[in-house]
Amino acid sequence: MNRALHTLRQRLPLTWLGLMPFVIFVLMFLVLPTMHIVIGAFQTRDGTFTLQNIIDLNTGTIPSSYWISVKISVASAALGSLIGFAMAAAVVFEAVPRWIKSPLLTFSGVASNFAGVPLAFAFLATFGPVGLVTLFLRNNFGIVLQRDFGFNILSFWGLTVTYLFFQIPLMILIIAPALEGLRREWREAASILGATGLQYWRMVALPILFPSLLGTFALLFANAFGAVATAIALTGSSLNIVPIQLFAQIRGDVLGNPNLGYAMAFGMIVITAVANVLYIWLRMRAERWLK
Amino acid sequence: MSVWARIAGWAALIFGLLYFFVPLGGLFEFSLRARRGVYSFDAYARVLADPQFQATFTYSVVMALVTIAIGILIVVPTAFWVRLKMPWARPYVEFLTLLPLVIPAIVIVFGYIRLYNTSSWLPLTGSTLGTNILLAFGYTILALPYMYRAVDTGLRTIDVATLTEAAQSLGAGWATILGRIILPNVIAAVLSGAFLTFAIVIGEFTLAALLDRPAFGPYLQRIGANKAYEPFALSVIAFAITWGCLALIQLVSRFQKTAPAKA
Repeated sequence: MNRALHTLRQRLPLTWLGLMPFVIFVLMFLVLPTMHIVIGAFQTRDGTFTLQNIIDLNTGTIPSSYWISVKISVASAALGSLIGFAMAAAVVFEAVPRWIKSPLLTFSGVASNFAGVPLAFAFLATFGPVGLVTLFLRNNFGIVLQRDFGFNILSFWGLTVTYLFFQIPLMILIIAPALEGLRREWREAASILGATGLQYWRMVALPILFPSLLGTFALLFANAFGAVATAIALTGSSLNIVPIQLFAQIRGDVLGNPNLGYAMAFGMIVITAVANVLYIWLRMRAERWLK
Repeated sequence: MSVWARIAGWAALIFGLLYFFVPLGGLFEFSLRARRGVYSFDAYARVLADPQFQATFTYSVVMALVTIAIGILIVVPTAFWVRLKMPWARPYVEFLTLLPLVIPAIVIVFGYIRLYNTSSWLPLTGSTLGTNILLAFGYTILALPYMYRAVDTGLRTIDVATLTEAAQSLGAGWATILGRIILPNVIAAVLSGAFLTFAIVIGEFTLAALLDRPAFGPYLQRIGANKAYEPFALSVIAFAITWGCLALIQLVSRFQKTAPAKA
């Protein structure tokens, strides 16, 4: 004890210096730029504190753009969760041959990272006015997506359908381990006690999976909310969602008030941060069962 | 397993696979339609001959390589140091590396434009070189979560402390230890981080567009607004590169030792 104290006094602790390049880099190119935006959201043009920018978020087209963004994110997260869950369940519970699992997970790892401009073109080429599926349905079944279903790739549902391309794989990646954590013994115990399959799912499996499901939903939501490139390449500026409006604001101050732009960006951070914190918190809860 | 569960499982799987492969097929088919009536590679020929394509593509490739170099220089020493000397700091460092997943890229670049503009204390956006550097740093931040996780996983499989002590007792300095002991041992992990970085940078749009740099992503978006078939051919090329990179990751990770070393 005494010796430890002695050596501590003898040597100045300098180990922290080894972290400095990393810390300075992250501070300069991640933390400070973000702080600048956050602080700017609470300032007037001449730098005094104000809440007016936040209040002004409720003017013009801003509330509707947030609302559309939230709706698209919720829709793509909900559908992505549902389809991803079904696919993960199919491979984990071996409704389909066992060898499919590994390639599917690898593929999901790739596809979940694949947002961006090329993805927009892929869906345009498939579901656009002269796309592969559009023409196929029209020539063979006489179904016109636009006329019969009101479907247009440059719209709310078009964007949602496109986002699903990376939402479904992300769901598969995250929920597959959780499904694998469901022990065979629980199912057996339930059936020994006389539970039907449905009762097992309703009273055992789903309550255990619930934090994972909700958490992944939050993550998918944040994922869709921050997607910029796909939306811009697909819809140009015809769909008024937050990232597109913020993009236009950064390019040319279309709101006519730089600090209102900061407030919009701040709103984006708040929404994605809340979704991510929810995800992390629910994940910690879910891991109690996965030990 | 009941028959119904099997049918439902197959249905979900087939639906999902169609969802993934039909758009890819649609994209490829569309890119071949440039000549009326027959499939041809005309769009590809035109795109590849476009000097703007060559310029923006080269720019993005160079940018990706620079980003990878910066990423390795920052991440490898940091992850090594945290494992060796400051294990208590690991959760904090990990938290910082995960932040780029929380803060949207568009917000980060918004901050750059305001913080490093011509009238600031560090006017990076004032010159071409400065903006290029800023873009490379921004890409490094975007790739940080993936790079750090890859390298940290790689370090877990080797006995960092013993290797370091052995090198030190043979008289190696820190640069030698990092460059000739640690890096070769985690090279598979570093490579998989590097390929992912490459895939991210090559098609990135938001940062490059808002910093106004002639990169491949903004070029693709711009040409998409003006040309009929070329953007689809370009997208096929972008897809091929990305998936090629990610296939390389799979290949590389096969060579990686997976058994964790003793602590």
